[in-house]
Amino acid sequence: MPQVVSGLFITIKNFFKPKVTLEYPDQSPVLPVGYRGAPTLVKDSQGREKCVSCQLCEFVCPSKAIRVTPGEIPADSKYSFIEKAPQDFQINMLRCIFCGMCQEVCPEKAIVLQNEFSINGYSRGEFIRHKADLYKAGGVLPDKIMKWKKVKDNAELGGNR
Amino acid sequence: MEKKTVNVKINGTDYQVEAGKNILETCRSVGVEIPFFCYHPDLKVAGSCRMCLVYTGMPARDRATGEPIKNEDGSQKIAWMPKPSIACGTNVAEGMQIITDSDAVKDCRRAVLEFLLLNHPLDCPICDKAGECKLQEYAHAYGNAQSRYVESKNVKPKKVEVAGKIMLDAERCIQCSRCIRFCNEFVGKSIFGFTKHGSKTEIAVYPHADNDSNYLLNVVDGCPVGALTEKAFRFKMRTWFLKTADGICGESSAGVNTRIWSREGKIYRITPRRNDAVNGMWMSDSGRYEFRLFDEGNRVLRPLIDASPCALSYATDRCVEILKLGGVAIVANAWQTLEEQYITGELAKACGAEVYMVSHLREDDGKFVSADKTPNMRGAFLTGLVAQYPQANLDSLAKKVRSGEVKTILCLGENLRALGFDAKDFKSANIVFCGALENETSAAAKICIPFRSQFEKRGLWVNRQFRVQKFEKAVDAPEGTVDDLEFLATLLRDYTGASFALPSHGEIRRVMAAKIPQLANCASVGSAGMQIVGSAFANVDFPETDAVRFAKNQHAQK
Repeated sequence: MPQVVSGLFITIKNFFKPKVTLEYPDQSPVLPVGYRGAPTLVKDSQGREKCVSCQLCEFVCPSKAIRVTPGEIPADSKYSFIEKAPQDFQINMLRCIFCGMCQEVCPEKAIVLQNEFSINGYSRGEFIRHKADLYKAGGVLPDKIMKWKKVKDNAELGGNR
Repeated sequence: MEKKTVNVKINGTDYQVEAGKNILETCRSVGVEIPFFCYHPDLKVAGSCRMCLVYTGMPARDRATGEPIKNEDGSQKIAWMPKPSIACGTNVAEGMQIITDSDAVKDCRRAVLEFLLLNHPLDCPICDKAGECKLQEYAHAYGNAQSRYVESKNVKPKKVEVAGKIMLDAERCIQCSRCIRFCNEFVGKSIFGFTKHGSKTEIAVYPHADNDSNYLLNVVDGCPVGALTEKAFRFKMRTWFLKTADGICGESSAGVNTRIWSREGKIYRITPRRNDAVNGMWMSDSGRYEFRLFDEGNRVLRPLIDASPCALSYATDRCVEILKLGGVAIVANAWQTLEEQYITGELAKACGAEVYMVSHLREDDGKFVSADKTPNMRGAFLTGLVAQYPQANLDSLAKKVRSGEVKTILCLGENLRALGFDAKDFKSANIVFCGALENETSAAAKICIPFRSQFEKRGLWVNRQFRVQKFEKAVDAPEGTVDDLEFLATLLRDYTGASFALPSHGEIRRVMAAKIPQLANCASVGSAGMQIVGSAFANVDFPETDAVRFAKNQHAQK
């Protein structure tokens, strides 16, 4: 009998404490910095697609979620000097385990795990994200290094010929 | 003849090694690795990259008397070279001492790599050579992690198309001159050359160069960096995704050893595989695209009876029924493997059929594209399918069909319509076509069996030198096709009514080894192939002419 009373006492005590649970999905959680959500592709501040389809993410992906179809940048593009860009970039979100190794291995900082954590769909096909979806979700990630701009400036302006 | 040897000391260990070789090959033969870019075993030594620098010393001798000079403790004094020398251009000599692992040597390598990387664009993510690039490997193994270079890099021509099949990126070039030497020495034409001086040196193509050579793509394999890349393979797939299988080129009877690179059942490229007895390290450009012949669009992909699809077992049973009608002729071909030819021969014996073959000839280029388009004509002689070199058509067989002597033809891959058969001959004889590729015969045949390409099966071929060479299966066959050997063995079993299990490749090789004296060891052919004696066929008029690494009369002389 005394145990029932002491148990009730704990219940009543918690009743008056501030709430620690979240009314998900009405309320959305505050995500910490560096949260590893769905991988996306990003563009630089000039709107250039950063991915050069080196396929290192495809190679490193432990769950084989990524599939890149490499391709050549057409000669009439203003970025044709970069030579290579993905024709298609698929990430299968049913396979992705959000490990972030693709982001870590990317030499161009083109693939970034962002904040999307709730991934839903009605068919398996919906979970395979293509290049356009990935860029839409990724947005712009300003880059301090601008490696390719440096290459281009060097070639057009004072490079050593 | 016994090989001459010399005693050398490499990194403090004594070795007895073959005389007359350079330090680089010698060290490699005893397991000491020396990095190099410009050296190539099949080309002349250029000594331009300086990556293989080592310290060498010789036993000191008195100049006046020639007496050995001793140290104070009585041991032989070594006269060390004051500066390092290139391992590729220095031959070993008696008593030579070589040091490849001292700090000074490591400094040399680090400095050479630093210079090579000064103006290198470091665009490995978009470079097709990444993963098999010597500069990349050595930069990891011997180079500095950081560059001290802060100035802007040299600008050189990029994306230059050469001869319609190579892409040249002069910025990536490290001036090893392998491409220049290859074209001068093997192709016999000057196609590439250097322009400008110092760090601005560029590799360039001679204007209006006569560069239609069928061997030009070897410079892509030879290029230690990504300066020369293959246009057809450009940006198709990174090399680390590709699996390799040892193949033999089916383009001609030269039997060039190849490596087939594929991923998930798709072949991306074919490169030469070193075999000093056959092709060295080269192959023809046309042979690299053999895999394109077997495109999805022109394959026979399911068994057909009177052009309507059916189950394989049903088609096999009908084949046996037709063969039992008698008056059988078999048209074999020399793309078949040795095992298939043997089973074909057995089948011909079982049903009393006469075997016909067709020759496929072209002009011999004196290198690795021989006059015979078929890779295994020697095999047909060894397995007894033919005794004389076959004709280029099947007029004699067509005549027999018209006279009613031959009522059934088992045609393996050949296109009868192009070899003397009329449309009405297809009505008067029952024609069973077995082949991988669609043609007029496959469309008109009574029964059509989908076979596999050389990349989807394994077996043995005998090249123009009478060298038995094996090739592996590189990719999985498309669904619906049947393994050539399996089908032929099934026909043989069902025809003879024997109830044996289908023989494996190994079993057939053992049977061949027992029955055909020349093939006595064919069950143990390694990746380098096995030379057999073909003197029994010395009187056959083979169409090949003398070529690189091949003498037509090599067996007649023995």
